[in-house]
Amino acid sequence: MEALLETDLQIRDREFLTIVGPSGCGKSTLMNLIVGLFPASSGEILYRGQRHAGINRAIGYVTQADNLYPWRTLRKNIEFPLELRGVPARQRRERSQHLIHRVGLAGFEDSYPHELSGGMRQRANIIRTLAYEPEVILMDEPFGPLDAQTRLILQNQLLDLWQEERKTIIFITHDLGEAVALADRVVVMSARPGRIKTIAPVPIPRPRDLFEIHTDERFRETYRALWASLEEEVKKGAVQWQSQK
Amino acid sequence: MAIAEVNSRGSVLPPGAANVEDDVKAWEAQERRAKWKLMIVRVLLAIALLALWEYGTDRWFDALWFSSPLRIARHFMSWAQDDLFSHLIITLRETFVGYTCGTLLGITTGTLLARFQFLGKVLDPFILALNGIPRIALAPLFIIWFGIGEPSKIVLAGLLAFFLCFYATLSGLRSVDAAYISIARVMGATERQTFFKVMLPAASPWIIAAMKVSVPFSLVGAIVGEFMAATAGLGFKIQLYTAQFDTTGAVTGVLVLMVVVVTFNTGLNRLEQLVLRWRPDNSAGGGSEMQ
Repeated sequence: MEALLETDLQIRDREFLTIVGPSGCGKSTLMNLIVGLFPASSGEILYRGQRHAGINRAIGYVTQADNLYPWRTLRKNIEFPLELRGVPARQRRERSQHLIHRVGLAGFEDSYPHELSGGMRQRANIIRTLAYEPEVILMDEPFGPLDAQTRLILQNQLLDLWQEERKTIIFITHDLGEAVALADRVVVMSARPGRIKTIAPVPIPRPRDLFEIHTDERFRETYRALWASLEEEVKKGAVQWQSQK
Repeated sequence: MAIAEVNSRGSVLPPGAANVEDDVKAWEAQERRAKWKLMIVRVLLAIALLALWEYGTDRWFDALWFSSPLRIARHFMSWAQDDLFSHLIITLRETFVGYTCGTLLGITTGTLLARFQFLGKVLDPFILALNGIPRIALAPLFIIWFGIGEPSKIVLAGLLAFFLCFYATLSGLRSVDAAYISIARVMGATERQTFFKVMLPAASPWIIAAMKVSVPFSLVGAIVGEFMAATAGLGFKIQLYTAQFDTTGAVTGVLVLMVVVVTFNTGLNRLEQLVLRWRPDNSAGGGSEMQ
């Protein structure tokens, strides 16, 4: 079964790219292909012009489920990728402490994941990937299961972090508002089998204030144009889903 | 309820705040009383059962069958001054030497078979077959192979622990959440790092539960071995008493074993809670009952 068709996409250095599409359109498959968790049945993924065999270590991956290790404290989870790289304990500590403060988790360093709320765990999940500074970070609906207010706060924090660390981010979501608010460019994918339908730049200057962005005319303009494109696919997806039932 | 009211009004003391504090105290006292009540009822029940047993002896049933609490107590006192502890130490020694070797070997073998998947797959049916043998049935053979001294009991105790730990380690490692592993690899973990930093800790609740359950099992192994053929040990003494129709002696031996198992289980539960404090529920079961 083919999950993806005609997915030609050029990702620019240090851009914030969001991908929206109806559920089941192969967004996560695309992520797994980019990071190299499994090979593509056809086509290829080039990273800086090169093919990559196996997992590409230059790419970080923030999954939808937080996947923090339950036997490690918050701090130890953040330091995990640094531990793997043999970073000395002092530097690990400094880096993790900086990030923990940055996202407002100070005071919870020694808590275990089950003692943290969903929003806190997702923040930890993101800074764990930031900790080892991969050049590119994939995010697969990282704020999916969170409530609206927590999402807004975390989206703001993510933009701040991105502004500070300047990574390339590829961010998957099914929430068009989130996609437009965060991105430099938004990619709309079609219903299964997924293909790229529209790529649109978001002409809103940075830094952005996500609490106010919804009133911005350019935001609404971009949102409307992209929704026209996405709506069709969502409906198609719904029909497919019903016929499968 | 009363506490929430105080908090919601902030620092301003609401009218009747003193009463709230009293309420809390009263509630705490009530909790304490409930705990005491539970304890007292339990102790009374124990006393009642023992009294019934004592009263019934030689009235409803002959002392030959079940002995009686007073007889057992008297026997315990004299046995304790005689050779009870030397026999107990022998049994415990067999148990723990067997337990230590069995768990270590079991965990190592389980780890190796999980780590080298091809080897694991090759050996799977053999392990299944070996596991089909009721271990206790090997006891008489062990007497032939390892003699009537301590080695045969150690091997039996070790074997029971070995299989429990081996299986738990293998299935624990095989059932580690695949997402934990792929995320570690994405973050740059080598095969080795993935194994030691992700798979082993993820499987640790299984392994620790098996180590816990193995303690009473090893004790069973040692005692069954002593039943078969031995010259010392609590199992040997119980067997000897039974052969002489000395129920009092046999029941005393059984009760001593009960106390030993309960003591170890309590200690092991504490240890488990300490080691696995990262788990959401510390009540990681794993029946530690003696079989």
